[in-house]
Amino acid sequence: MRYADEFRDPVPRALLAAIAERCDAIGATEAAPVRIMEICGGHTHAIFRYGLDRLTPPGLEFIHGPGCPVCVLPMSRVDECVTLAERPEVILTTFGDAMRVPGARKSLLQAKADGADVRMVYSPLDALALARRHPDREVVFFGLGFETTTPSTALTILQAAADGQANFSVFCNHITVPPPIKALLDDPHMLLDGFVGPGHVSMVIGVRSYDFIARDYRKPIVVAGFEPLDLLQSVLMVLTQIAEGRAEVENQYARVVPEHGNPVSLAAVAEVYEPRDRFEWRGLGEIDSSGVRIREQYAAWDAERKFVVGYGAGPRAAAAPDGLACDEVLKGRLKPTHCPKFGVECTPATPLGALMVSSEGACAAYHQFRGARLESVA
Amino acid sequence: MRAERIAAPQRVTLAHGGGGCAMRDLVETVFLSAFEPDGLEDQARLSAAALAETDARLAFTTDGFVVDPLAFPGGDIGRIAVCGTVNDLAVGGARPLWLSAAFIIKEGLEVVVLAQVAASMRAAADEAGVRIVTGDTKVVGRGSADRLFVTTAGVGVIPPGVELAAARVRPGDVAIVNGVLGDHGAAILAARGEMALSASIASDCRPLGALMAAALAAAPGLRCARDATRGGLASALNEIAAAAGVGVEIDEAAVPLRDEVRGVCEILGLDPLYLANEGTLVAFAPAEEADAAIAAMRATAAGRDAVAIGRATATHPGTVVMRTRLGGGRIVDMLVGEQLPRIC
Amino acid sequence: MCLGIPGRIVEITDPSRKLALVEISGVRREVNVACIAGDGPLDALIGAWALIHVGFAMSRIDEQEAAKTLEVLHMLREAQAEIEAMRLSAAE
Repeated sequence: MRYADEFRDPVPRALLAAIAERCDAIGATEAAPVRIMEICGGHTHAIFRYGLDRLTPPGLEFIHGPGCPVCVLPMSRVDECVTLAERPEVILTTFGDAMRVPGARKSLLQAKADGADVRMVYSPLDALALARRHPDREVVFFGLGFETTTPSTALTILQAAADGQANFSVFCNHITVPPPIKALLDDPHMLLDGFVGPGHVSMVIGVRSYDFIARDYRKPIVVAGFEPLDLLQSVLMVLTQIAEGRAEVENQYARVVPEHGNPVSLAAVAEVYEPRDRFEWRGLGEIDSSGVRIREQYAAWDAERKFVVGYGAGPRAAAAPDGLACDEVLKGRLKPTHCPKFGVECTPATPLGALMVSSEGACAAYHQFRGARLESVA
Repeated sequence: MRAERIAAPQRVTLAHGGGGCAMRDLVETVFLSAFEPDGLEDQARLSAAALAETDARLAFTTDGFVVDPLAFPGGDIGRIAVCGTVNDLAVGGARPLWLSAAFIIKEGLEVVVLAQVAASMRAAADEAGVRIVTGDTKVVGRGSADRLFVTTAGVGVIPPGVELAAARVRPGDVAIVNGVLGDHGAAILAARGEMALSASIASDCRPLGALMAAALAAAPGLRCARDATRGGLASALNEIAAAAGVGVEIDEAAVPLRDEVRGVCEILGLDPLYLANEGTLVAFAPAEEADAAIAAMRATAAGRDAVAIGRATATHPGTVVMRTRLGGGRIVDMLVGEQLPRIC
Repeated sequence: MCLGIPGRIVEITDPSRKLALVEISGVRREVNVACIAGDGPLDALIGAWALIHVGFAMSRIDEQEAAKTLEVLHMLREAQAEIEAMRLSAAE
């Protein structure tokens, strides 16, 4: 596979040796490691899938960030989605990841087993096509994801508007990356030395959105691709900045990420969406200006207006169940294995918390690739 | 003298399940003509001569088949019903002999579809060297089931001295697969059409009796074999590791995959280790017999791409670990629920 | 959020809706190319590589940047091999 295999070519020894040298130069040890947060859930998944945390020196600690949009879906939104799915006229379409997220009553997968018409799609365009094929049904698309995915639903709504496709709507749960990063940086308990930035969010929003991290918080951030060599090179670039006393925004993923993002995507998002004052993040609470909703002029394709389910309309979900350390793990303050319920009551088969639900959540990644017990598999 | 036959029906109806003429006609037209059993009694009567050999054992297995869609590139529900049961016998070291086939048909199924399934089963049975000797037919009303379910049971003979069991695997034994992984799972996904992918992937559905016989002849010390059906290679390896109390380590670079299967997995975020196979097994051989086993497999039609992918270890018993192409290690856990495509 | 894979545009299927066929390792899928279309005719995209996410070509892959990144990685590998060699010869 071109543009993928070359970046998975074994022989990362050079990169790992350079990373080890840089860690030594900084004076990072296992007892006092340099702490780098990978923001994006896809990066967390890649780190564990390729065993990168086992290959890098003990003086480097990966802190797993909150960039998993499925993990941070508020329970109340899942409940609203299930309620929508249970309407007989509705075909509820969704990405696969969202099917297993537990609501207060049930997950979408369980709703499907109970008879709701829930269908998995790869693209919101497939949901729109479904609406064309079933003029007698209401097709609702469960829109979630960060800025990577927001343009896809925006463009789909614009196509629906152009087509006059009335029986299609989006249940919008899109969120943005910079606000939770700022919230983490403002948290006095967070000790982070640098960031590996989300490559695919950045291909949409560009790299200038992270200037505040370098400028106001003096932390380096390197926007990274998703292949193992991309990640290792990005880590090396962060460590190099730290060693040289720099705090800049760098772009390791320049082959995909343009400096100023994608104009068509940004224009579509601006046309269709506007910011919400605040949005709840499971495990993190409410964060200002961290979510978007559909603008008034596209109300006809807004499932919230069509079906009268609104953010804040229903009761707020309870915070994480007792004994779970979701918010501590989400903020990177605790490792998944330090949560008392990890691997015991909270497992991929019986997820209790946000981070076990999606395969990109830190807990799920740990459990899947590391097992329920910390083992040396080097 | 029999009454005039009415014109052949287009669709199966509840009448065909009623036990009367309609049913008899359907069974004759569709199944008996395809399977040509020796007699028409309620039970097949088979010589037990093969079992008379001292210390030979009867192997007996059953499986239900519910695949959707009924037909897909590389096969159909009939073909996997025969191959699935044949392979369940073969991986136990048995020579598969006879199959039964029971059909639960949803009212409204086109007869021509049923006839095609029967024809596929006959062809697969011939290929596997087995006979379908008895069966049953039921028809259920709309809304009761998917269009067609098939249940097969099979018997075979395990020759004396052949003792394949997962628990026999020991550290140092070599893990071998007979070909590329994930073709069936990827073919079904593409055939279902939900993801709107077009790929030229065909199911690997095929009988493995000849392959197993060849492997056992060349490597009599073969420990066990398991076909990597639901849950894929990962599940089969985890089951073996747990049963034997050994660790298993596989090399990512050694696991053979078709490019298109790799592509489907990359697009949808799936792990090919968990995709179903219907003609691919994993076997463990003692290290000194591994090369002979692989060579023997490669000489058969179903084993041209046989290759070693890893080994059993004494470390991390019960756990399967994959050495990634970069040299890092990661656990290959048991599948939880169904693997779903992801966007993250 | 993140699952994107490089694919090559092989055919324009519906110019009015900006749809094209993309090929990834022999697998084909129809995707929307609005984000990478630019002002010229869509046919100009044929043969181009793009990052595909949920049915949309989101960004063109810049061949030169890809080559540059790989170059840096290879140079690093060579530099490291030299350092290793020097270290080994110094140890003798």
